[in-house]
Amino acid sequence: MNEFAMIFRNTFQPEAKFSPEEMQNIMQQWQAWMGGMAAKGQLASSGNRLGSDGKTVRPSAIVTNGPYAEVKEIIGGFIVVKASSIDEAAELAKGCPTLTVGGNVEVRSIIPMGAN
Amino acid sequence: MQEKELIPYLYRTEFRKITAVLCRLFGIEHITIAEDIVGDTFLLAAETWGLKGVPANPAAWLYIVAKNKTRDFLKRNTIFNEKVSPHVQYSTDESHEIEVDLSSTNINDSQLQMMFAICYPGIPPESQIGLSLRILCSFSIDEIADAFLTNKETINKRLYRAKEKLKQDKVQIEMPPASEIGKRIETVLTTLYLLFNEGYYSSSRNTVLTKDLCLEAMRLTHMLTENESTDKPEVNALLALMCFHASRFDARVDKNGELILYEDQDISLWNSELIKQGERYLNRAAKGELISRYHLEAAIAYWHTAERDSPEKWEKVLSLYNRLLMVEYSPIAALNRTYALAKVYGNEAAIIEAEKLGLDQNHLYHLLLGELYSEAERQKAIWHFTTASKLTKTSADRTVIRKKIEKLKH
Amino acid sequence: MKEFAMVYRSEPMGEIKLTAEGNMEVSKEWENWMGSAAAQNKLVSPGLRLGNEGRVVKPGNVVTNGPYAEIKEIIGGLSVFRADSIEEATERAKSCPILNVGGNVEVREIIQMNG
Repeated sequence: MNEFAMIFRNTFQPEAKFSPEEMQNIMQQWQAWMGGMAAKGQLASSGNRLGSDGKTVRPSAIVTNGPYAEVKEIIGGFIVVKASSIDEAAELAKGCPTLTVGGNVEVRSIIPMGAN
Repeated sequence: MQEKELIPYLYRTEFRKITAVLCRLFGIEHITIAEDIVGDTFLLAAETWGLKGVPANPAAWLYIVAKNKTRDFLKRNTIFNEKVSPHVQYSTDESHEIEVDLSSTNINDSQLQMMFAICYPGIPPESQIGLSLRILCSFSIDEIADAFLTNKETINKRLYRAKEKLKQDKVQIEMPPASEIGKRIETVLTTLYLLFNEGYYSSSRNTVLTKDLCLEAMRLTHMLTENESTDKPEVNALLALMCFHASRFDARVDKNGELILYEDQDISLWNSELIKQGERYLNRAAKGELISRYHLEAAIAYWHTAERDSPEKWEKVLSLYNRLLMVEYSPIAALNRTYALAKVYGNEAAIIEAEKLGLDQNHLYHLLLGELYSEAERQKAIWHFTTASKLTKTSADRTVIRKKIEKLKH
Repeated sequence: MKEFAMVYRSEPMGEIKLTAEGNMEVSKEWENWMGSAAAQNKLVSPGLRLGNEGRVVKPGNVVTNGPYAEIKEIIGGLSVFRADSIEEATERAKSCPILNVGGNVEVREIIQMNG
């Protein structure tokens, strides 16, 4: 079993667009997806959800406001899963709720760092 | 051996062995009864041997008497008998007597199992150490009180509460299953490391006692390496670490009992046998990919014994402290890292790093800054040393600091 | 105290060096930079170092090969730090070694679960 990172991206959507019922639905979708993987021992880490503010630091200490915005999509969060191959991890990613609202999931291999 | 030392010597080596076997026999609810039976055995030994001379095989005598006392106790307490732990062996004769197995295998197994039972996260660390000293190391209550620089009543209360909690939580005296052993060993190692540090960093003047604490910690850690299911890389790493530290016992303290700092120690007083042992265990620890904090600390200790001063050493030590801090933060590691950084990148760079540590209530922080400012800004150095002196709690430290200030003023 | 993720981006750096045990070989600069934060008790987690293998999953079960390439840059890894403010975290990011190879650091606040 190896570990793979899943990074969720979407264009920035202010929460006000969704009704409470729709938001409840979104939450349940995430819980079902994460819970399903956890139950099968496929979830290594529930990772973090990132706030929409940000700063980007570039060489020569140039700092711009806002998340990295070379493209329209920004990172919403990430998790770590266990799978026997990157393609198997990609299969898991197909169930990610961000895809139903136009987002995408980047799946990447992880290089072990060795420390306990 | 002189006869007046015989009982204390046997007490130290045999009390823990017999007690461990009886604890396991009776179960966690009756540790005190086990202690009492063994205590009574030794009392009988003192009285009988004083009268009739020491037997040819004193340890065997103790074992026979302890077995007899146990059988007598169980006969007198039939209700107790019925509830005794399922590990009890019954002999085949009609009297259904309880067999007390004092073979070396059972003694070893019992001690290991007691180690796991005692190093239970549900009781505070100092209670784990206290119980370990009592049950696993045969320390008397007085000796434990000395070790913790407190009094008998405090220790008695502490041990009583700990035993009650173990009873309450129904802690089992058994080897943890293979799936849990990694996690359980963590707790045991933490306790053994704390025990070692109690001795190594103790401000007690009783150097015989403090050395004893370290040696006991090493003996118990060594026991883990001798058993296949507990002979893990991190256990070997911890033992290596202890060996390296212990190798400097005789060089650390001068004839007046005052601390000698590492850089001033007489290398010829370092115990090369212990250093070799440390290297041996460090090699044994180098199995598998996971590096525990003990691996990192042992490697640092290794570099300190290998040589005093060289650019390569300090680069390695800095790297090891970086990695150690990434695994777990501690103010001491943060300060030591900064010292290593000074050796590699110079005092100015280290001062900048030091001032970001947020440790200005810590006397060691001021000691470090005093060192770092010593060459370039003497007044600042003296100010920091003086502050360190005000913040420290031990007179040994104050003496060391006073000497540093004097050195600067000349 | 808040927690901040730092996401490291740069152009793909080619083959990644591993130690004999198969772990990431960390350069002195990275180790010192992280170690400095750790010494201040401000490193929450060294985080993840991402390999060159990747897939991007899009709506409609579309899967493409390779890491997500934002123009020419890809994410090399991320770590989590402690700081009182995003300004403090940003200050720290200015000494991140990724900047020495023309990369950049995105600093984002982490949404805490426990208030």
